[in-house]
Amino acid sequence: MLKPILLEKLVKKILFVGTAITVFILFFIIFYILKNGLAVIDMEFLLSSPKDLGRAGGIFPCIVGTIVLSLIAILIATPLGVGAAIYLTEYTRKGRLISIIRFFTECLSGIPSIIFGLFGFVLFVVYLGFGWSILSGGLTTAFMLLPTIIRTSEEAIKAVPDYYREVSLSLGGTKWQTIVKVVLPSALPGIATGIILGIARSIEETAVVIFTAGSVLHLPTSLFDSCRTMSVHFYILAREGISMENAYGTAAVLIITILLINMFAYWLMHRLIAKYS
Amino acid sequence: MEDKIVVKNLNLYFDTLAVLRSINLNIKANEILSIIGPANSGKTSFLRTLNRLNDLIPTARITGEVLLDGLDIYKKDLSLPWLRRKVGMVFALPVPLPRSIFENIVYGPRLNGVTNKLRLEELTEKTLKAAFLWDEVKDRLHTSGTKLSGGQQQRLCIARTLALEPEVILLDEPCSGLDPLSTSKIEEALYELKKQYTIVLVTNNTKQAARVGDNVAFFLMGDLIEYGSTEQIFTVPSDKRTEDYITGRFG
Repeated sequence: MLKPILLEKLVKKILFVGTAITVFILFFIIFYILKNGLAVIDMEFLLSSPKDLGRAGGIFPCIVGTIVLSLIAILIATPLGVGAAIYLTEYTRKGRLISIIRFFTECLSGIPSIIFGLFGFVLFVVYLGFGWSILSGGLTTAFMLLPTIIRTSEEAIKAVPDYYREVSLSLGGTKWQTIVKVVLPSALPGIATGIILGIARSIEETAVVIFTAGSVLHLPTSLFDSCRTMSVHFYILAREGISMENAYGTAAVLIITILLINMFAYWLMHRLIAKYS
Repeated sequence: MEDKIVVKNLNLYFDTLAVLRSINLNIKANEILSIIGPANSGKTSFLRTLNRLNDLIPTARITGEVLLDGLDIYKKDLSLPWLRRKVGMVFALPVPLPRSIFENIVYGPRLNGVTNKLRLEELTEKTLKAAFLWDEVKDRLHTSGTKLSGGQQQRLCIARTLALEPEVILLDEPCSGLDPLSTSKIEEALYELKKQYTIVLVTNNTKQAARVGDNVAFFLMGDLIEYGSTEQIFTVPSDKRTEDYITGRFG
């Protein structure tokens, strides 16, 4: 048996090594991608259309496709997910049915995205006749995001102390007024985290998009146009050996986008926390 | 004096546990009724039956009647927001909502549809004065209510309740976490307030009940043991258990 004081030192070292490995891997990936990708990125790469299947030219249509598709996904998933979370936490009593719903929501978040892709293909692309389109892709991605958004929102809403609710009700508030004026503002930082994670996931999603939005390389002009997002573009460039240079360039833009979104999210969260506490 | 609240044969259960048993009690208008008793006597639960806050507890079940000015507050279709504006409540733990002092005060009136800024400002000044807090915060009404000291927070909560313009005020051990100075300020405020309002004060502090109460009700294990004027309860209690409690032999 180790003496507690020795164990203490050992544990600290082990935890440090674990942390160091994590941070190293993260920085290595980012560094590697940026090192290979930044050289390609200039205004032309960002703002022009690809030529020769992506061997030359830029990725402008992919950037537009990514933004619009993610926007659709998040605009649909947020009200649905937050609404479901409000219903589950505020309007139901603890019971078997709720536990079952919760269990399945959790299972849903573990389903591989490619299966959501197949589902979206069958439902939106084929059955509803939307074809390979930004709309099909956005809707399917929204479904994929729902479990995460519901879960994080639920946790955030549950963390709001009950005494806030009691105070609001005792001051003549209705349940809905209480939710809107007291519960949601206090839960906002947590809910925002879930949404931001959702945005990042929708931007990086590949499998769903290939199945539902297709991979056409032209600039989309309507929601029923097929599009190729940055992730899909990267996948095709790298997989088919079209241009590793431009693949890294696309990856770098993707990573920078996600970094920017996360930074914005942190900034927003700190502002919200400062405002509501 | 007329009865503001009449409680008839009130029983409260959480699941199968009887929390209150056959309570009969009349609360007179413009008096301070102190409710005393050891922990787990049902004092707070009783208070919460008067504004139906126990409705929040899924397992709570109630029988009997509570009449406010003759109106059964447990009748179907009664508007709970309406009831809770008439019967305001101050909690044991001061909980300012995470917003400014001004926003805390006008929270209730705004929900009730008061939007006139001048009117809201008037209400704020009037209620903060009545809660003896105005002089301390009048220059920083738009700073966060959570930054005040504990005693100030509780007076803010009292002012916030007054802003509802209620008829009855329920106070659940409002001084339990406060220092003697803050306590005396709140008691001073209560003394002024009873001219306008009917006040029900749950307190763990028998001395506080003796100082501010007109009448006293002694609860024990869910039963109302004795009710009488403060003077009578504290000098010649008729029940042995009341005497034991107020002389500090238990509880």
